[in-house]
Amino acid sequence: MPTLYTPDDYKRVLEAALLTASEPLPLAELKRLFDDSFDDDTLRTLLADLRGDWSQRGVELAQLASGWRFQTRPEIQPYLDRLKNEKAPKYSRAVMETLAIIAYRQPVTRGDIEEIRGVAVSPNILKTLEARDWIDAVGHRDAPGRPALYATTRKFLDDLGLRSLAELPPLTDVERIMETTDAATPQT
Amino acid sequence: MSVELVTAAPPHHPKVYGEFMLEMPRDLYIPPDALEVILESFEGPLDLLLYLIRKANISVLDIPMAPLTLQYLGYVEAMRKRNLELAAEYLLMAAMLIEIKSRMLLPRPPRAENGEPEDPRAELVRRLLEYEQMKAAAAKLDALPQVERDYEWVTVWIADKVAERQPEVSLRDLQNAWLGLMQQARIMQHHKIKREELSVREHMSLILRRLQGGAFVSFDRLFESGAGIHSLPGLVVSFLAMLELVRERLVEITQSEALAPIYVKLSDANTVHS
Repeated sequence: MPTLYTPDDYKRVLEAALLTASEPLPLAELKRLFDDSFDDDTLRTLLADLRGDWSQRGVELAQLASGWRFQTRPEIQPYLDRLKNEKAPKYSRAVMETLAIIAYRQPVTRGDIEEIRGVAVSPNILKTLEARDWIDAVGHRDAPGRPALYATTRKFLDDLGLRSLAELPPLTDVERIMETTDAATPQT
Repeated sequence: MSVELVTAAPPHHPKVYGEFMLEMPRDLYIPPDALEVILESFEGPLDLLLYLIRKANISVLDIPMAPLTLQYLGYVEAMRKRNLELAAEYLLMAAMLIEIKSRMLLPRPPRAENGEPEDPRAELVRRLLEYEQMKAAAAKLDALPQVERDYEWVTVWIADKVAERQPEVSLRDLQNAWLGLMQQARIMQHHKIKREELSVREHMSLILRRLQGGAFVSFDRLFESGAGIHSLPGLVVSFLAMLELVRERLVEITQSEALAPIYVKLSDANTVHS
């Protein structure tokens, strides 16, 4: 095992570990690479540095809820998609609206979602989101029928490139909503 | 404001609800085939209401209940006619709209505390705003780059991922293995007998050349180094050459007494006088 001297030496080790990992690597895991000889701040500095090193490449180092991970740049992806036979599916408006309500109002019951959307939530919508591991039931409301309370998962944050729920796009103010008059055309 | 729906469209004279339309609709012309697609695209009664409100460019805070209810019922009727699976929510909303409309016609009872009468539309407005807020949030969430749709995780494939862990071999291991082989080969070489090309007859000539001149030469001196003899096998071959020379009577060997020095000289017949 060669001795590591310079920051570049350490960054090379971090880079190799992150590139070969199949999951995001949290700080604690990355520390083990160096026998826990670094404090969090030093490691974060090295990681930020490494991210800078990759800033001009087709892949980037991203910090997610579960840790650090390399990913392709979204602007590169359309080219990569040409090599694929099938296009990545898009979620329907119903799925996205349900997801938004769970993300912004969690924990919510199915009834809460239906109240806001004004329509019954089809079981398929929740199943789709659960299968993606983006939402799960975190408990039950103390109400008749003890309905399940849904919340978003850490994987939801990871998959949307967010570190925490605080990074969700801010909700549009109600005043702003009342001003927008051109946003209501239904999408076909 | 009237419900503008084109159900059948003969050229130049569109019919709406059985009546010929003399003017084209002001805001939106919906081809009959497209109507179904549009109706299906609504995510529910709130979505439809928001669409109608935005289309008419009216404020959510001051909804004219009569025309809105009329329009809404028009769409619901169109959905029903086309056998679209009409969710019960649409009918529930229709009932709610009619109820609000009728309550607005009645004098409003003042509220207990401040005497400010409550607008019957308040609850509807609250729901519309909340839904619109979530609708916008959904669009924003959808706009976020999403893994597998907009980008992918990058993973360098490593052998670690196959179930059975195979021994790891580095270039250095390979190098060491090769060096080991080489070393072993060198040891083996020591056991190999290298055949020195030594010719008895060549040594015979060498000895004869040393004896040129016919004088006696000490036997020992013929075997000293520098006499063309560099190794033990050379010594043996030289000795054999000497014996052969004696046998062929080309040289004479004399010794005056036991353990006295031995002398060698060319036989008389062989002496070349230069």
